[in-house]
Amino acid sequence: MREYILRRVLQLIPTLILISIVSFTIIQLPPGDYVTTYVANLAAAGEELSEEEIAALEEHYGLNQPGYIQYIKWITNFVQGDMGLSFYWDRPVNRLIGERLMLTMIMSFFTLLFVYAMAIPIGIYSAVRQYSLADYVFTFIGFIGLATPNFLLALIFMYIGIKVFDASAGGLFSTEYLDADWSVAKVWDMLKHMWLPVVIVGTAGTAGTIRVMRATTLDELGRPYVETARSKGLREGQLTMKYPVRVALNPILSTIGWRLPEIVSGTVLVALVLNLPTTGPLLWRALMSQDLYLAASMIMILSTLTLIGTLISDILLAWVDPRIRYGERGTT
Amino acid sequence: MTSAANPRAPAAHDATASPYERGNLSDLLEAEGTISESRTQFLTPRQLMLLRFRRNKMAVFSLWFLAFLYLSALFAPVISPYDKTHRFNKHLYLPPRDIHIRADDGSWRRPFVYAVTIETNKETFTRDFVEDRTQQYPIQFFVKGDPYKLWGLFRMDWHLYGVENAEEIGPVFLMGGDKFGRDIFGRALYGARISLTIGLVGVSIALVIGLVLGGLSGLYGGLVDNLIQRLIEFIRSIPTIPLWMGLAAAMPADWPQLRVYFGITIILSLLAWTTLARVVRGKFLSLRNEDFVLAAQSAGANQWYLIWQHLVPSFMSYVLVDITLAIPGMIIGETALSFLGLGLVSPTVSWGVMLKDAQQVVEIAIHPWVLWPAMFVVVTVLALNFIGDGLRDAADPYADL
Repeated sequence: MREYILRRVLQLIPTLILISIVSFTIIQLPPGDYVTTYVANLAAAGEELSEEEIAALEEHYGLNQPGYIQYIKWITNFVQGDMGLSFYWDRPVNRLIGERLMLTMIMSFFTLLFVYAMAIPIGIYSAVRQYSLADYVFTFIGFIGLATPNFLLALIFMYIGIKVFDASAGGLFSTEYLDADWSVAKVWDMLKHMWLPVVIVGTAGTAGTIRVMRATTLDELGRPYVETARSKGLREGQLTMKYPVRVALNPILSTIGWRLPEIVSGTVLVALVLNLPTTGPLLWRALMSQDLYLAASMIMILSTLTLIGTLISDILLAWVDPRIRYGERGTT
Repeated sequence: MTSAANPRAPAAHDATASPYERGNLSDLLEAEGTISESRTQFLTPRQLMLLRFRRNKMAVFSLWFLAFLYLSALFAPVISPYDKTHRFNKHLYLPPRDIHIRADDGSWRRPFVYAVTIETNKETFTRDFVEDRTQQYPIQFFVKGDPYKLWGLFRMDWHLYGVENAEEIGPVFLMGGDKFGRDIFGRALYGARISLTIGLVGVSIALVIGLVLGGLSGLYGGLVDNLIQRLIEFIRSIPTIPLWMGLAAAMPADWPQLRVYFGITIILSLLAWTTLARVVRGKFLSLRNEDFVLAAQSAGANQWYLIWQHLVPSFMSYVLVDITLAIPGMIIGETALSFLGLGLVSPTVSWGVMLKDAQQVVEIAIHPWVLWPAMFVVVTVLALNFIGDGLRDAADPYADL
């Protein structure tokens, strides 16, 4: 087990390096940099900068050096916990990201929880009562959930919020807690606001997971061992929960790692629509204004967190299933 | 069918005896009710698949619906009553028009509209459109209107429906108008041209990459396989939306829209090919040791022949399923990117570009009909999912007929 974990952690390193290069290159791709955008904005406002001033600006931001040197500087500082300076905000990236990142993580965690809390019982129920009215209803809702993009769902919920409840659904905090320090009351206030984005982001995942859970449980329910257990007089509920469900849970849990990128993506989009103080809107603005270090650091961190989440789910799975622990790397 | 009455008669050489021997699908469907397991052995796998697919009513209906939608997109200039850029400056944010078929006296008429006039609501101080019920204006079919060039070839100026004197009495906006007084329904049809094709083009790109890399991976194994698998894992581990946003933002702002269109398509297929490559690789691996492949190999078939004659046809149905299920993701992706302002931008019309108008909550609260393009997205994605599911069930060789 220890060897397995070690191997997986070591495998993480090249991936992380690759991700850092990709995140940095993506931001470097568009022609021009923050200074050109900045100068263009100033020019639009009627203020011309001299050649020297532009050069001084580039020097100040370190943009006059070749890309790979900028990358090496950034990544060495990054590893030491310093993510550079945001051009647009003129503040260290660390300070900008900190709280937003935490909120994103909390939201992703609750979303994951929501997905499983909803999907697993519904999936089991749909399988056990196949072709019942409830099964059809859940299947239908599931299809709609799969077909509606997250941000559309957010829009629709906001519309309902305004029309039916006469309240704006955006934001994560009530106005009185917006700038307040963290306290129990603020956390409670946040939780009261968070359920909506969690439901919105989780819907697609829930729909997908219900279908997988239903299908695998149905497969298992038809197996001879179920028949055997039944013939021996095991009660139906006990039987289902004890054997088929446990087998059917395996593929669900093993795909936590795949759900995470989905959920992080979802939170980014929904946060933009609902105007949540998470990483989404910040990343969007950073990309729009070519804020090199902020955008690159954020893509890097989001990817890293996703990778770590995947790693944890893999380790959990290996812990549960000895076939993965000892065997070759999973072939399925 | 007389043959159906005598199903077990061994009449392999008699052309009129049984539809199953002839393998004619339309005959088969007629005799469908009598099919028993012993007969299906006369059908090729493809016929079986088609037969199973046609049983799935939801999937068949979705297929027809999508065909209808694609056709509407093709004939968008004819169906939409006004050009996509036609602005009715007097009728900004005109709500969906009420089409009446009953006059105030209760008599039935052919479909007509009342003229709308703008009145300021004295309580809320909003500008509302009010119907002037004094005169009826019938909806006319095949009316002359904005000139257009169908598919860049035919100069035409008639539209499927419309009213006379639209500038005065108000245009027929089935789904309302946007902030510039343009027809949302018509624009959604124009937008469908972009939104519906981006999935097809994207999936084609993804298919080519997926087939080649997945094939290489499954065929050669070893180092090549390992590298490609790591690459796939790597791509899948990056959260999609941040990656898409980054890549889309990397497209220069001065690119022409056509290039942006292809840029987005490539960005979207960057992720989609990984799923296809995995399926192809898995099938290659499992088929490699099948008896029929080994037989062909020992009979001296060369590799290309083997791949194209035996391997590809036997997994194509699975790939087809994955293709169908990959298209919705791309449609949603385009919509999301354009919605964020990172993809296509006005004056190009796509569903995402149209939904950009719905970004403000206030906007939705006052003019909820700007959300109509969302309906197009949802329904299209739903239809594609149903078709994909139908295909998956149909492609399952162990399923009952």
